Amino acid sequence: MRYLPRFVLKISGVVTVIAIWGLVVQVTDSPIIPGPWAVARAIHELAVKGLLFKYAVASLFRVTWGYLLAVTIGVPLGLMLGWYKRIGRAFNPTVQVLRPISPLAWIPLAILWLGVGDGSAVLIIFLGSFFPMVMTGMNAVRNVTPTHINAGRNFGLSAWRFMWSVLFPAVTPQIIAGMRLTFGIAWLVVVAAEMIAVNSGLGFLIVDARNAGNRYDLIVAGMVLIGTIGLLLDVAMRRLERLESIRWGYSTSAIDGER
Amino acid sequence: MAETSPDVRRAILQEPPGPKREVPAPVLDVAARERRELARPKVALRGVSMVFNPHGKAVRVLDDIDLDVDEGEFLCLLGPSGCGKSTLLNIVGGFLRPTSGDVRIDGEVVRGPDPRRIYVFQERGVFPWLTVTDNIGFGLGHLDRAERQRRIKHYIDLVGLQGFDTSYPHELSGGMKQRVEVARALAVNPDVLYLDEPFGALDSITRLTMRAELLRIWAAERKTIIFVTHDIEESIQLADRVVIMTARPAKMRRIVAIDVPRPRDLSSPRYIALRELVFDELGLAHRI
Repeated sequence: MRYLPRFVLKISGVVTVIAIWGLVVQVTDSPIIPGPWAVARAIHELAVKGLLFKYAVASLFRVTWGYLLAVTIGVPLGLMLGWYKRIGRAFNPTVQVLRPISPLAWIPLAILWLGVGDGSAVLIIFLGSFFPMVMTGMNAVRNVTPTHINAGRNFGLSAWRFMWSVLFPAVTPQIIAGMRLTFGIAWLVVVAAEMIAVNSGLGFLIVDARNAGNRYDLIVAGMVLIGTIGLLLDVAMRRLERLESIRWGYSTSAIDGER
Repeated sequence: MAETSPDVRRAILQEPPGPKREVPAPVLDVAARERRELARPKVALRGVSMVFNPHGKAVRVLDDIDLDVDEGEFLCLLGPSGCGKSTLLNIVGGFLRPTSGDVRIDGEVVRGPDPRRIYVFQERGVFPWLTVTDNIGFGLGHLDRAERQRRIKHYIDLVGLQGFDTSYPHELSGGMKQRVEVARALAVNPDVLYLDEPFGALDSITRLTMRAELLRIWAAERKTIIFVTHDIEESIQLADRVVIMTARPAKMRRIVAIDVPRPRDLSSPRYIALRELVFDELGLAHRI
């Protein structure tokens, strides 16, 4: 056991959990909770019907739009609120009040404004990602080493050049870390938003499977798919983050939790 | 090292014989007075005071500082930690506004940081997202490519970082990072350099090497340097004059001219006598 490749360890962990799951289902003989084999069959059924691809793409499409909108608007706004302290102080209470409101609470308003469909789903995802990105921006500016700022000021750069060559590079690692965490939130929100506001996607799959005849195997299949895709996306984002951090020597192990 | 006898010390320093003065000495700087009569000082501080107000309570950090620094001079600000010398250097560098008084460089009042006067920080001054080359070239954006590269190469060689041009700061040791910062400061050809305990984060062996390097660079470039330190030896090894500052609220206690010829022999009687003078001025014991 001295040296096991990490990959093998992870796989064996997953296999153990699946085995326990199967065993529990077997032993309790529950009519409701499907075993791993039933779920695998359900995933296959979805694949064959073409729904697997269609629903996954639908969810990814919505999350991408809502998330990217939140990043492009929220990050510059957050940076500005963090840099211009007076404006930040003025708007901070508003941000702090809106932030804890669950994005799902916006669903009735979203449906009212944009009707049932992609529009409201994207809006919900946007709202769920926007406030974390603004906070990320504000905190990133606050956490920049003052010495970097002073060193940059010393060279007499114009305001724009200063932002471009000192401020943006200095905040980038924190922004990227915040983007990764916010994407996790966005993925959570898309599933919930789809349960109520739209007619396709993985969240919709779960609700529809229950409504159309209590297909719990499809429900759990949907959950497994959501979890797997979420994991793959997170891994992809971590790869991106690691590229930057290696280049700049910033330690991200505190955020990752592992190396 | 044997302690010089009080008689020898007095003879060297030309102190009047008799009982030791109990009253704190006035700021005594004959050499500077003479220089002042010849040329305008490069940096002139007049009545600089600084009062901070954390949590509403007024804390007086600097008290009425008057100081002249001549062109090409190497001046040290020496004092215990927290006495306000870094604050003073920040004010001279333009990063802080004094509560009263002003700082003039070449006759014009300092209003903010200026690329003609570069500040070298104790640590984390180097930008971690840029290579050594890009760090050194940071202030050289206005030059054409060939000139820029030529200058960067010159300063990389000057500070002894050949071969590390494409390295990132996190790949370098502390001493090397400080060399990058000094190179970056020199590359823009400033009039004045401010160094705020630049070797404080380094181990003592590296510190000795870096001091020699700094003097070598200073001899080559002859910039005016204001150097803040809490290390007595460092101040006497490096400076033309040492401004000894009191604890907070900081006043100038005494200015000591270090007239040991360079390269300084750290065992010479003059060096030792000056060190003892500084020790005495700070009220420190000669035996541990």
